[in-house]
Amino acid sequence: MSAQMKHKSGIILLSFAIAFALTMLPLPDWSEVGRPEWVSLVVIYWCLALPERIGIGIAWIAGLLLDVVHGAILGQYALALALMAYFTLHFYQRIRIYRIWQQTLVVLMLVLSEQLMIIWIKGTIGEAPESRLYWIPSITTALLWPWTYHILRDLRRSFRVH
Amino acid sequence: MRGWLHVTLSCLWRITIKQRLFIQGASIHTKIALLVLLSIVLMTVDHRQRHLEGIRSVISAVIYPLRYTINLPFVVVNWADEVFTFRNNLINENRALLKKQRLLEVKLQKLAFFEQENRRLRSMLQSAKRGWEKVLIAELMAIDFDPFKRLVQLNRGSNDGVFEGHPILDANGVVGQVIHVDPLSSTAMLITDPNHATPVHINRNGMRAIAMGTGEPNRLEIPHIPNSADIRIGDLLVTSGLGLRFPAGYPVARISEITINPSESYAQVFAEPTAHLERTQEVLLVWPESDTEEKR
Repeated sequence: MSAQMKHKSGIILLSFAIAFALTMLPLPDWSEVGRPEWVSLVVIYWCLALPERIGIGIAWIAGLLLDVVHGAILGQYALALALMAYFTLHFYQRIRIYRIWQQTLVVLMLVLSEQLMIIWIKGTIGEAPESRLYWIPSITTALLWPWTYHILRDLRRSFRVH
Repeated sequence: MRGWLHVTLSCLWRITIKQRLFIQGASIHTKIALLVLLSIVLMTVDHRQRHLEGIRSVISAVIYPLRYTINLPFVVVNWADEVFTFRNNLINENRALLKKQRLLEVKLQKLAFFEQENRRLRSMLQSAKRGWEKVLIAELMAIDFDPFKRLVQLNRGSNDGVFEGHPILDANGVVGQVIHVDPLSSTAMLITDPNHATPVHINRNGMRAIAMGTGEPNRLEIPHIPNSADIRIGDLLVTSGLGLRFPAGYPVARISEITINPSESYAQVFAEPTAHLERTQEVLLVWPESDTEEKR
């Protein structure tokens, strides 16, 4: 039983590992600013699918890892991701029954809230980017939601992760 | 009796059904409040002091396998590029390198003499200027950071003696400095990062200035240069060694743009780094001479 549980957590861990890898993967300079927030996508998905297992705590830890990945001050992404997970958990029953395009809009709002949090923190320590391009990731992230949703749902169902 | 039953049932209902429907009901609010507080404390401590380097290097070590895996294909491609190259190309390259090395060796003979003379003169003046001697080559890992910062990952860490604030050069000039170290790798900030400032002076006349990063790939800003200052396009900026971070006398940038607006008290001056920041694959880590002497 415990081995089975481990195996099932493995799928969740794997999805996070892939999200982190995609975050670090070198991209050409012109597309770097549009890199989607992969970790946020995965956090939102698991918060919606398994709210009793994946919650604010795990989002916070993922955020702490993301801080090191991005070379930011410790706590910046942790705070943003924890708050985003909190919003998701607060509305998860509603979001679940939305249609996919409605969910996409919700994801847009969630990632925007995360980015707002981050630019706020960056502004406080005096390194806020001036470029408007800063906001592009929330759009690319939202556009990727339908694919992420279907891929992760198929994974979850075929491996019966509860 | 009925009343008691009612209370127990409603309690049971609350515990079983409600708890299941509204997961983590009340605790979710306390949890988020605690985590927000913890994050703010973390950020404050990390921004003001350096106590959290331990936590950071632990997390960095957790991420290292992922970083290594991402970097691996690039290593393999480079290796394959070296292995499957034509013999003729190798011979030509080898010839060119030998020629270059001979030229450099001739220059080096003179340099050794000058260095000796310089040291003797300095000891006569009793000036304790530190030289920087020992070097180590590090490779950049193919890892991306925040696009609005200019950070790179090096494949050398504290196991190789890399320390925080370690200056990094390449063949053409100053590249940046190390900001976080973990055992196997380290993170470095390029001189173009918006948070980086390099103390420099103009090689031609010795005027001191500060070269600030702009966040753009090949542009430094030189603030607080008076309109009347003797500064020209093409002037070479070299490290002044004043911050005690960078060894003195290494090239940093060339002035590329000067805009003088008479209504403002300072000129707008921009410079282009001499190091190939965006193309370089290998960089040099430089140790202070005094430290290496202590090690011996």
